[in-house]
Amino acid sequence: MKGKPLASIVSAGLSKFGKLEGLYAREIFAQAAKEAYERCPKLDPKKDIKALFIGHMGESYEHQGHTGATAADWAGLLHIPATRTEAACSSSGAALRAAIFAVASGLCDVVMAGGVEKMTHRSTPEVTEFLAMASDFPFEQWHGITFPGLFALMATAHMHKYGTTEGQLAHVAVKNHYNGSLNPKAHMQKEITLEQALTSRVIAWPLKLYDCSLITDGASCLILTRPEIAKRYTDTPVHIIGSGQASDTIGIYERDDFTSLKAAKIAAKQAYEMAGLTPEDIDVAEVHDCFTIAEIIAYEDLGFCKPGEGGKLAEKGETTLKGRIPVNTSGGLKAKGHPVGATGTAQAYEIYLQLTGQADKRQVADAEIGLTHNVGGSGATATVHIYRRG
Amino acid sequence: MAEPQAFTIEQFYKNISQKKLMGGKCRKCGKIHLPPRPLCDKCLSTEFEWVELPQKGKLLTYTIIHVAPTQFQSMAPYAVGIIQLENGVKIPGMIRDVPLDKIKVGMRLKMEFEEPQHTQQWPQWPRYHFKPF
Repeated sequence: MKGKPLASIVSAGLSKFGKLEGLYAREIFAQAAKEAYERCPKLDPKKDIKALFIGHMGESYEHQGHTGATAADWAGLLHIPATRTEAACSSSGAALRAAIFAVASGLCDVVMAGGVEKMTHRSTPEVTEFLAMASDFPFEQWHGITFPGLFALMATAHMHKYGTTEGQLAHVAVKNHYNGSLNPKAHMQKEITLEQALTSRVIAWPLKLYDCSLITDGASCLILTRPEIAKRYTDTPVHIIGSGQASDTIGIYERDDFTSLKAAKIAAKQAYEMAGLTPEDIDVAEVHDCFTIAEIIAYEDLGFCKPGEGGKLAEKGETTLKGRIPVNTSGGLKAKGHPVGATGTAQAYEIYLQLTGQADKRQVADAEIGLTHNVGGSGATATVHIYRRG
Repeated sequence: MAEPQAFTIEQFYKNISQKKLMGGKCRKCGKIHLPPRPLCDKCLSTEFEWVELPQKGKLLTYTIIHVAPTQFQSMAPYAVGIIQLENGVKIPGMIRDVPLDKIKVGMRLKMEFEEPQHTQQWPQWPRYHFKPF
């Protein structure tokens, strides 16, 4: 049945995002878990939570794999089954989907989905190398193409085909930094000007420093239940009513179109159909702005505007907090930060706050329907989820 | 008789070291794979033949890398792009021997093979790049 809840979020937690010196990933995850427990006094975590699904991209950062069991332990949840999902920057989007399967199948009543990444203790060249592992090695990385370089290839193609401008990209950065300035957990809580964005140093032309998301430490988590029992735990659940996930070629060069992410379009179509909704129904969205061009492409792939009109949507301010469809109210990956494994469920955390009226200075008035769009690597994975206020 | 060549990335680069750009053509559906693959993603066949690919094509999109990985840092800023070969197959690569501000989408480029570098580390794949002609 269309629009039927698949699972319900009864609580959510987010660590501070930023440079968390002296902390190990598992300790950051414990912060997120603690917040989720405190938000939901009717939940007995040790008794009620039956499984953990956690997104984590890289062992390289801390020389540590096997994140499932480690995170379960530090969240005080031993000896529940705990599984790590890896889908590059969409790792916790995939964890959320696995968690939905667990409750929608009826196998579990209550589960935790989350994600974590600790990145800032490594040098920028090291992080650049680790992140590039999400792209094709033998034909892209081997020939000097960096991760920002892949999105720069998409930006050049978008500019060539549609006339999108560097100024329009900068509008995305300015908007997300403004939103981040209102989010006490964001990595960068300061506004920037168009001039600053446009004159920042070039990383991979046409992308400049302020077109790129941040290297950030952080963790996020959600507590999900079967929809039928959500009210046992809270009076204000958020129902997940649509879920989509799709894959695409690891090398972007093999794709027919460099101005759109096919996996995201497919995942969005699945989620909209499941929810019985259209893009016009979305009140607030968190999209994967790993680079400003990615947010513009997301507007188009999600149907917020026609293909080629994403730049204009940003320029006209239609995605600002007071616009027609506010996007990345949290500050997005651009200003809130992008601890890659944590991003998918961190997006869901923001939507949870918005739909329960807890988003404070960045609250979208009367938000009822939300959407998250989480992209892995250069688009070889995408997950899209749609949420409704309970 | 020589061993039949496997349709693999390793063999693709062995061919590059012989200055040959070779793809794997599916004998069942005709799709030309670059890189070659052992299983056709279109029709699931495992029957292939080697075909030599054109070394000329046009530039579909490009970027100028300013912040480079460690091993490419001495070359930065440098251009990379995606080239569509004359038979329609696409391949990414570095663009050299042209001022960076003269690079344009749609420009014609041809492949140049580089001398293999002999190191102890995996992988020992030879490189190539593209330049105007």
